Amino acid sequence: MIMEISAEGVRSGDERIIARVISQVENQRQQVFPLLKELYRSTELAYLVGITGPPGSGKSTLVEKLVLSWTAEEEKVAVIAIDPSSEFSGGALLGDRIRMGKISTEKNVFIRSMATRGYLGGLNPAIFDTVVVLSAAGYQKVVIETVGGGQNEIDIVRLADTTLVVTVPEAGDEIQTFKAGLMEAGDIFVLNKADQPTASRMELILKQMLEMNDSENHSSDNSNWEVPIVKTVGTEGEGIEELRRAVMQHRDFLSRSRKERYNHSRVIRNHVVHLMEEFLRNHYIDPLLESSAFQEILAGISARKTDPYTAVEQLLKSFNKEQGKHEN
Amino acid sequence: MSQDNIKVLIAKPGLDGHDRGAKVIARGLKEAGMEVVYTGLRQTPEQIVKAAVQEDVDVIGLSILSGAHGELFPVIMDKLTESGRNDVLVLAGGTIPDDDHQKLKDIGIREIFKPGTSIAKIVDFIRQEMDE
Ligand code: B12
Ligand SMILES: Nc1nc2c(ncn2[C@@H]2O[C@H](COP(=O)(O)OP(=O)(O)OP(=O)(O)O)[C@@H](O)[C@H]2O)c(=O)[nH]1
Ligand SMILES: [Mg+2]
Repeated sequence: MIMEISAEGVRSGDERIIARVISQVENQRQQVFPLLKELYRSTELAYLVGITGPPGSGKSTLVEKLVLSWTAEEEKVAVIAIDPSSEFSGGALLGDRIRMGKISTEKNVFIRSMATRGYLGGLNPAIFDTVVVLSAAGYQKVVIETVGGGQNEIDIVRLADTTLVVTVPEAGDEIQTFKAGLMEAGDIFVLNKADQPTASRMELILKQMLEMNDSENHSSDNSNWEVPIVKTVGTEGEGIEELRRAVMQHRDFLSRSRKERYNHSRVIRNHVVHLMEEFLRNHYIDPLLESSAFQEILAGISARKTDPYTAVEQLLKSFNKEQGKHEN
Repeated sequence: MSQDNIKVLIAKPGLDGHDRGAKVIARGLKEAGMEVVYTGLRQTPEQIVKAAVQEDVDVIGLSILSGAHGELFPVIMDKLTESGRNDVLVLAGGTIPDDDHQKLKDIGIREIFKPGTSIAKIVDFIRQEMDE
C-alpha cells in the first residue's frame, strides 16, 4: 500500500496516514522532520489533558468516559496511552485499550498506544511530535495517559495544559509518594473507585494534603487555582460530569490568567531541549562511543596517562571544531 | 534498536472468554522485545481493524477458542482489505481444527498455531516474516 505522506494527507484526517506518520515519528525520526516542520508552523496545538496515577487506579476507564462526554459535543479527541518499555527486552505490553472499548470505534476518536522506549533523562520526544501530528489532523483535545511513579510522569505533567492525578481509596501509604512532585503538579485530583467503603477517609487525607501543600507553595503556578478533588466511579460513569466541568473550569482559569501561554512556552522550551539532547546523542555521543579513538582515550584514562577531566575538555574542543565546520 | 521494534496487535474476536492463551502470547512477545497492543476480550471485527489501523501494527494475532473462526475471520479479513491494511501479517491461534486451516490460509491468514505451540516458535516465525 503506497500512501502519500504529506502535510495535506495529515490534515485530511485519514487515519491510515496519521498512524503511519506517528510510526515514523517513533522509528524514522530524521526522515519525518521536514514534515513536522511544515505541520508545526501551520498548526495550533490541541488542548492537552494529562492523566496519571498508580497502576490500575482507573485512568483508562476515566479516559473512556471523559472522551465520550466530549465527543457527545462533536469534539474530535485523540488519546495517547503510554506504557513502560521493559528494560530487559525492550518490548512492551500496551493494554490501555482494554478499558476503552466504547470509544474505540467512534469516528471522532483516535487512540494510539506508545511505549516509553527508555529515554534517559526524560520524556520520549516522539510524544510531543505525536501531539503536533494529531493537532494538525484536527484533534482539538489530546489526552495523554501515563502510569504514575517515575520521572516520565512528572514530565508528562509538564507537557499537559490540565493534569488529572488519579488516586484510589486503597492507595493508603502510597499517597505519600505523591509528595515527590505529583502533588504540586496536579491541577485536578480525582478520587476514583469512590464506590469503595474507605473512600471518604481517603478524601479527608487528600484534602489535608492539598491544604498543607497550598500553604507551603504560595508562589507556585497554581497560586490562584484551587485544586479540586473530584470523586468518581469510573466504571459507572459517576462523577464524570463534574470532572468534565472541572477540566473546563481549569481551562478557563488558564486563559483568564494567561497561564495557557505560559504553559505553552514552557512546553516548547522543554521540547527544544529534548530535541537538542537527541541530536547530540545521535550525531555526536553515540558515534563517539563506537569509535576506536574513544576506546584509546578510555585506555589512556585507565593507565593514568590522562584523566577523565582532561579527556572531556579535549573531546569538547574537537566537538566545537566540528560544529564550526558545519557553520561555514 | 528502535528500528527493530515490531508492533503486534493481539485480539480476541467474538464472545469467546478464553483469554489465557492470548495473555500468554502477549507477554511472551513482549519478553521477546516486541511492542504488543492487547485489546482484551470480546472484540468486534470493526474494533480489531480500527485498532490495527490506528496503532499501525505490523502483525495481527487472533486468538480464538470458541469455534467461531469460520464466521469471524473472513469478516475481519474483508474489513482489513477495505481499510487498506491487507499488508499486515495475520496469524491465528487457539482451538482451530486442522480441517479448517487451509480455508483460513486461503483468505490470507498466514499461519495457525495450535495448543501447545511454544512461544519461541511463534517469535521465530514473526521475525522471519518481518525480515522478508
Ligand atoms: C481453561 C479452559 C477454560 C477456562 C478459561 C479460563 C480463561 N480465562 O482463559 C474456563 C473454565 C473459564 C472455560 C470455559 C469454557 N470453555 Co473452555 N477450555 C479451557 C481449556 C481446558 C484450556 C484452554 C487454555 O487456557 N489453554 C492454555 C493456553 C495457554 O493455550 P491456548 O489458549 O490454546 O493457546 C496456545 C495456542 O493455541 C496458541 N495460541 C492461542 N492464541 C493464539 C494467538 C496467536 C496470535 C498465536 C500466534 C498463537 C495462539 O499459543 C498458545 C500457547 O501454545 C480448553 C481445552 C484445550 N485443550 O484447549 C477448553 C475449551 C477451549 N473450552 C471449551 C468450552 C466448550 C468452554 C465453555 C463453553 C464450557 C461451558 N460449556 O461452559 C466455557 C465458555 C467460556 C467462554 N465465556 O468463552 C471447548 C471449546 C470447544 C470449541 N472450540 O468448540 C474446549 C476446547 C474444551 C473442549 N475440548 O471441549 N474454559
Ligand atoms: N470498583 C471500581 N473499579 C473500577 C473503577 N474504575 C475502574 N475500575 C476497575 O479498575 C481496574 C483498572 O482500571 P483501568 O482503567 O485499566 O486502570 P488504569 O489506571 O488505566 O490501569 P493501568 O493503565 O494498567 O495503570 C479495572 O478492572 C476497572 O474496571 C471504579 O470506579 N470502581
Ligand atoms: Mg490504563
